[in-house]
Amino acid sequence: MEGARRRAALQTAAVTLGLAPLAWLGVRALRGDLGANPIEAVTHATGLAALRLLLVALAITPSRRWLGLRWLAPLRRTFGLLAFGYACLHLLTYVVLDQFFDWQAILEDVAKRPYITAGFFAFLCLSPLAATSTRAMVRRLGRRWKPLHRLAYVAAIAAVVHFLWLVKKDTREPLTYAAVLALLLAGRWPQKKSKTALAARGETAS
Amino acid sequence: MRTRPERIPESEITPRDVYLRRRELLVAGALAAGTALLPRLSLAAEVPAHGTIPNVKPGPFGTDEEKTSLEDVTSYNNFYEFGTDKSDPRKLAGSLRTRPWKVAIEGEVEKPAVVDLDALLEPHALEERVYRHRCVEAWSIVVPWVGFPLGDLLKRFQPTSQAKFVEMTTLLDPEQMPGQRRDVLEWPYVEGLRIDEAMNPLAILAVGMYGEVLPNQNGAPLRLVVPWKYGFKSVKSIVRIRLTRTQPQTSWNRTAPNEYGFYSNVNPDVDHPRWSQKRERRIGEFLKRPTLPFNGYAEQVASLYKGMDLRKNF
Repeated sequence: MEGARRRAALQTAAVTLGLAPLAWLGVRALRGDLGANPIEAVTHATGLAALRLLLVALAITPSRRWLGLRWLAPLRRTFGLLAFGYACLHLLTYVVLDQFFDWQAILEDVAKRPYITAGFFAFLCLSPLAATSTRAMVRRLGRRWKPLHRLAYVAAIAAVVHFLWLVKKDTREPLTYAAVLALLLAGRWPQKKSKTALAARGETAS
Repeated sequence: MRTRPERIPESEITPRDVYLRRRELLVAGALAAGTALLPRLSLAAEVPAHGTIPNVKPGPFGTDEEKTSLEDVTSYNNFYEFGTDKSDPRKLAGSLRTRPWKVAIEGEVEKPAVVDLDALLEPHALEERVYRHRCVEAWSIVVPWVGFPLGDLLKRFQPTSQAKFVEMTTLLDPEQMPGQRRDVLEWPYVEGLRIDEAMNPLAILAVGMYGEVLPNQNGAPLRLVVPWKYGFKSVKSIVRIRLTRTQPQTSWNRTAPNEYGFYSNVNPDVDHPRWSQKRERRIGEFLKRPTLPFNGYAEQVASLYKGMDLRKNF
């Protein structure tokens, strides 16, 4: 009983944290504080929140492994879904506010502008993950669930590339995210390696 | 016998702060006396360091489109010398000292000189020019500049027959321009025009906008405005104007030659490799509007590029 209550409190805290960027954006909008180009400000804020939350979601497994923070495990899905939520807002901002349903311009952007191609690809990678995030889907997919959800890393790489290709010259910020992502990827490496090593020696449980 | 030292009356003792500034005050006094002797021409430009600019006449080529708010134009700036975020220049440009300011006019001119800004501006009558300003990032603004034709200034220094291009350079001083402490671009910022572009009456040097002296973040105290080209061509805080025989190496062109051409005329038919140039967002508006060839100034400047392939010479 105590454990369940603690888990619920943890989820509430995570969701509150995750919604903070949206709340802040709302406050700025109400105060008329979005600057000379509000559409650009909303696009940047939602995109940044999506990338950050995706990286937070991807940090959970390494934290469990290296810092022993097992209680974090259920938050992976929470942060992943929050990231997808912001990615949806980001895409909607682009389609509705920025391009105002100019489908020809949108198609041209996706096909011809590498940074938009990368961003759209990241969104495509995240969508099936969100769709298969329910407990029922986890059960239905069984052993196929885990390899499918490795797409989260592909999405994160594409999102960082999207950011990197978008900036004109000052690449400090996107490179910071690239470094964090590289660290997170490196944090998973040893286990996979040892598994293959075990498999090679025929010592796996099967 | 002991004599008492003569007492100096209190009134004759120089206050300490005045004593410490004695050299400064002497110079100021001499300058004031000197300026009093100069004749005052009624047409001459008198540009104060701050505030309203007097005697500004309406100039040609003005648009009657709605002007962008001063707030937006002074808070949304690409001026990498003060940081790469568009909100940085307003926060950081306070450190720029715009007086005294000298401008060197050199290269292929009969009368090269290093001129103090006030003397440089003096012979020019100031006009207000309400221009569209289109950024390469697909947003645009409408700004009432205060300035005078660049060609008028160049003629004073008598370009030689060899002068084919004009190269203009921004101040280099990382002390005043914190953005220059990092190598985002190769400093100082350099831009350039072909001589016939520079002589076109549409090209102006601006010292103000909205009737006031240019705010630092908008390129004080002297900047170029070439409204038919993308915004980055309009170099800010100019300290050197050099006439050359060969095409200048301009900053963005050097950084990414496939993205930023030397000409960089506004052209909806030539996309930037990373985004479309067909439409633009006018700051303050919701729907994008179509971008016009030469930013709507084709009548004035299209003839400059007759016979040129503008896809190649983008």
